[in-house]
Amino acid sequence: MIARASLILASLLLGVGLAASPAGAERLIVSVSNHRVTVTPNYSGEELVLFGSVEKDATTPAGRTYDLVVTVSGPRADMVTRRKERKFGIWINTDSRQFLKVPTYLALFSNRPFDVIAPPEVQRRQQLGLKNVLLTQRVGPDYADVVPDDPFRSAFVRLRTEHGLYREAQSAVTFLTPTLFRTGIPLPGEVPIGTYDVEIKLFADGALVTRTETAFEIVKVGFEQFIANAARNNGFTYGLVTAFMALMTGWMASIVFRKD
Amino acid sequence: MQLYLPIADIPVNVFLILAMGAAVGFVSGMFGIGGGFLMTPLLIFVGIAPAVAVASVASHIAASSFSGAISYWRRRSIDPLLAAVLLTGGTIGTALGVWTFTLLRSLGQLDLLIATSYVILLTTVGGLMFWEGLRALLRARRGGAATIRRPGSHGWIHGLPLKMRFKRSKIYLSVIPVVVIGLIIGFIGAVMGIGGGFILVPLMIYVLRVPTSTVVGTSMVLTLVTMVFATMLHAVTNHLVDAVLALILMVGGVTGAQFGARAGQKIRGEHLRLLLGLLVLSVGVRFAIELGVRPNDLFTVRETGGGG
Repeated sequence: MIARASLILASLLLGVGLAASPAGAERLIVSVSNHRVTVTPNYSGEELVLFGSVEKDATTPAGRTYDLVVTVSGPRADMVTRRKERKFGIWINTDSRQFLKVPTYLALFSNRPFDVIAPPEVQRRQQLGLKNVLLTQRVGPDYADVVPDDPFRSAFVRLRTEHGLYREAQSAVTFLTPTLFRTGIPLPGEVPIGTYDVEIKLFADGALVTRTETAFEIVKVGFEQFIANAARNNGFTYGLVTAFMALMTGWMASIVFRKD
Repeated sequence: MQLYLPIADIPVNVFLILAMGAAVGFVSGMFGIGGGFLMTPLLIFVGIAPAVAVASVASHIAASSFSGAISYWRRRSIDPLLAAVLLTGGTIGTALGVWTFTLLRSLGQLDLLIATSYVILLTTVGGLMFWEGLRALLRARRGGAATIRRPGSHGWIHGLPLKMRFKRSKIYLSVIPVVVIGLIIGFIGAVMGIGGGFILVPLMIYVLRVPTSTVVGTSMVLTLVTMVFATMLHAVTNHLVDAVLALILMVGGVTGAQFGARAGQKIRGEHLRLLLGLLVLSVGVRFAIELGVRPNDLFTVRETGGGG
């Protein structure tokens, strides 16, 4: 099992960017199982696998145990969170907060709980966990993130989590050997199309040792791409074709179901 | 069977969408209403973004109303002249409505206005139709004349000038109220984002005294034209019409509409009005409950724009 994983890893190494940490003590080498997820008519989500290894050199202190945090963030978009309130006897959206350029998909995976990996201060600085991730809001004229228990922020994170678009798993990263690791990246069918950044952070003794990045993209191909492009670039023709299709369908039905 | 929708960007179950299309198509064929007020909430419930749902439903309604209109045409239940005059008013009304919509949005509180007027409109129209249908039914039971064309009930509407003979409907009527009704429907449709068939049908029956036999078919023509324009408008302005979703809905919708139209022809006029009244009323009540009862989740998240 380990031998096979190493073999896969070795074959992956060629196409992977190597990230050397400035300290030079450890180095992370990672790759995702698929850098280009193609969306076809029968696409209904996918699960990617992230492989990696911790490379040591002569200066690495012996006997270090490592912790890993993987952050996958999807294409960014502006979102608005609205709150309903009772007004004139009916429930209506009153207050709202705008979240600026926040990830549409966000997954945080680690090999053990964040609290065990690093002290709270480091967790905040390194944005470990959904409660520490920076989600910029527009509050009046200011742009800032707010405290994690802000009602709008927690409602936003909760709703995204319910849709499987934000997730956090504190035991999703598995170490196959003390230096070789893997984790799955589940992508439900609703995940947005675009480029996904994967950031891998290596911790030892509660401090960040090194980090590296990789990425993958979800793209529409073939029929899906054709339709999406047509709708965006040739709106008028697309509309005409759709309207014509509607009339044809209606006409066909009246012929098929004609009694006499 | 799962299928990924290219514009809505989510996988859906084809058979579920097909069934939804057929069910709404049946209702729409039976009553000559577009059914958008039923279809759009269903699609949103399945997980499709509201903007995509509204845009794609327009083409679905165009298909089912066209298929319905053809079968009504064969039965000579469409009054082309009446439809043309209504459309004249409808076009002006739509333009006015779009202008008002923009104005209201700049003033804020549009959500509140739309929500409350939706409830008021649905419950009032539904309630009145249901009540009238019930009375007509009771009258028929007692053996009285089950007609709504009461003798001597020619009101002020029939005293207006510019009279025109609508042969197919067998009515002699001023064009003024017809244009005004078209205008109202166009206006309401543009402001509230609905086809307006469920308001047009009762207005034609009770105000214009158009016989039930031509009401449904004629209303369908109006819906057809409006929805073809709406499809074009949505496709050109916000590029959110999902042709794949629309096609599935259409195939289900036209099939349903054929059976619906056939069922509609068999049912007696007062029964039809009673059922439509009940349907509109229950949708209105459902919206009212939604507004009045504390929602399970006070928060909602909506994407407002791509950030790259």
